[in-house]
Amino acid sequence: MAKVMLEVAGLEAWYGESHILHGVSLEVREGEVVTMLGRNGAGKTTTMKSIMGMVGKRTGSIKYQGTETIGLGSNKIARLGIAICPEERGIFSSLNVEENLLLPPVVQAGGLSVERIFTLFPNLKERLKSQGTKLSGGEQQMLAIARILRTGARLLLLDEPTEGLAPVIIQQIGATIRALKEEGFTILLVEQNFRFASTVADRHYVMEHGKIVDMIPNDRIDAEMDKLHEYLGV
Amino acid sequence: MLDLEAALTQGTLGLINGAFYAMLSLGLAVIFGLLNIVNFAHGALYMLGAFVAWGLLTFLGLGYFPALILAPLIVGAIGILLERTVLKPLYKLDHLYGLLATFGVALILEGVLRNEFGVSGMPYAVPPDLRGVVDLGYMFLPRYRGWVVLVSLLVCLGTWYMIEKTRLGAYLRAATENPALVQAFGINVPVMITLTYGFGVALAGLSGVLAAPIYSVNPNMGSSLIIVVFAVVVIGGMGSILGSIITGFALGFIEGMTKVVYPEASTTVVFIIMAIVLLIKPAGLFGRA
Ligand SMILES: Nc1ncnc2c1ncn2[C@@H]1O[C@H](COP(=O)(O)OP(=O)(O)O)[C@@H](O)[C@H]1O
Ligand SMILES: [Mg+2]
Repeated sequence: MAKVMLEVAGLEAWYGESHILHGVSLEVREGEVVTMLGRNGAGKTTTMKSIMGMVGKRTGSIKYQGTETIGLGSNKIARLGIAICPEERGIFSSLNVEENLLLPPVVQAGGLSVERIFTLFPNLKERLKSQGTKLSGGEQQMLAIARILRTGARLLLLDEPTEGLAPVIIQQIGATIRALKEEGFTILLVEQNFRFASTVADRHYVMEHGKIVDMIPNDRIDAEMDKLHEYLGV
Repeated sequence: MLDLEAALTQGTLGLINGAFYAMLSLGLAVIFGLLNIVNFAHGALYMLGAFVAWGLLTFLGLGYFPALILAPLIVGAIGILLERTVLKPLYKLDHLYGLLATFGVALILEGVLRNEFGVSGMPYAVPPDLRGVVDLGYMFLPRYRGWVVLVSLLVCLGTWYMIEKTRLGAYLRAATENPALVQAFGINVPVMITLTYGFGVALAGLSGVLAAPIYSVNPNMGSSLIIVVFAVVVIGGMGSILGSIITGFALGFIEGMTKVVYPEASTTVVFIIMAIVLLIKPAGLFGRA
């Protein structure tokens, strides 16, 4: 079995006074694509941000390749080789596409070359001088993923990359995620749409009220369909 | 009948004031962009730059050109200290606190120097290499004043280039929009904020050195200038880099021309323009609403 890349245990997190995560535990092995499924407000984004060090108050344990990161600032965590594609995409309007793409500094050797990135996202190459936020929603999502592939980060946190996009774009993003898995990236993916999730992921965690309540391997997803419907309220 | 040559002459001389408006409002824009603080200490730090230049000469025998490098570095270092101690604890609070704190710093700096040196001012000689005049055809321009405009233009354009065209500038612009995400990409944003404040303040220090031979060195030189500079910032648009440069030079020029066209208005024309701009385009000429 591949070695554990990310190990989260008993993670609690707060926004100011509100206690959002109540003991999240999960693990992601090297080369895996793992999703977090769950209803709106379950705490998926907060979990991603906690792993990235972007939530002010958090306790418990988050280990990346064996290194405890719970006390580190987000810039230090990034330097260990974790990168986030945030839910709101975070494309900078005062930067053009090229500047957005080249913004995240390289933290380790082994990231994708810009040429390789353009073969994954040919649209971006034609829009390099456009203002970042002038791209379509789908292109902005591609850019938000593309810019974290150069850095050498090995663990990618993708927060709802398909949210609000047309089916044809969603398929393209699915293909991209499978290609990234081929490249050896480890991916933790937040999704609302488990049909999409089942086309890319090895395992699925289900989150409810700030806790992981279930784990479903992808080959069991059909068998567990009723339970999933209940969890997600669909 | 309007005397065109006189108007052009006064406009050109106005560019010298404009050079100071541009450099000071540029520093304010850079600081406001990233720190979201209206740096009311800016005028006092400009004054401090002139004092440091005077001190370097009087106590260490270091002349104008070494001071041109050293004084901004010293003022920048003082700025870094200020940011770490006074400003850093205020970021989580309302803008008003940063404004009040920097205003307090300005009052303290000016008060202390007033006590030490009085208000009459100390002369600072024009460096020998920059004495004399150049013939512009329509006027004789003192060489030192030409030099000030030139240095200011170079510094302003260099700063603009750095912010708009380089990788470092891209970090700065990105951190202005979303500091948390830039930090999560591996950049140490707090250090960047400190250095940015230091840089903005160093620009004020440099302006102070440039000003020393023109207006003598005195503790009030910043407070009278900074009011006009804030008007320039409002006209150009808070936080706009190119806007502050263009507006700074343009208003200096217009102010100078006004001396010929309607002398009574020459000290108020900037504020009249400010009022008009606020009515028509409240975000400023170059500001994003
Ligand atoms: N910045 C914030 N401040 C306060 N509460 C927040 C903030 N962001 C999210 N929350 C709350 O935390 C809970 C979990 O949100 P989130 O992690 O975004 O859920 P999900 O991504 O699963 O939809 C929600 O109840 C939400 O209202
Ligand atoms: Mg979310």
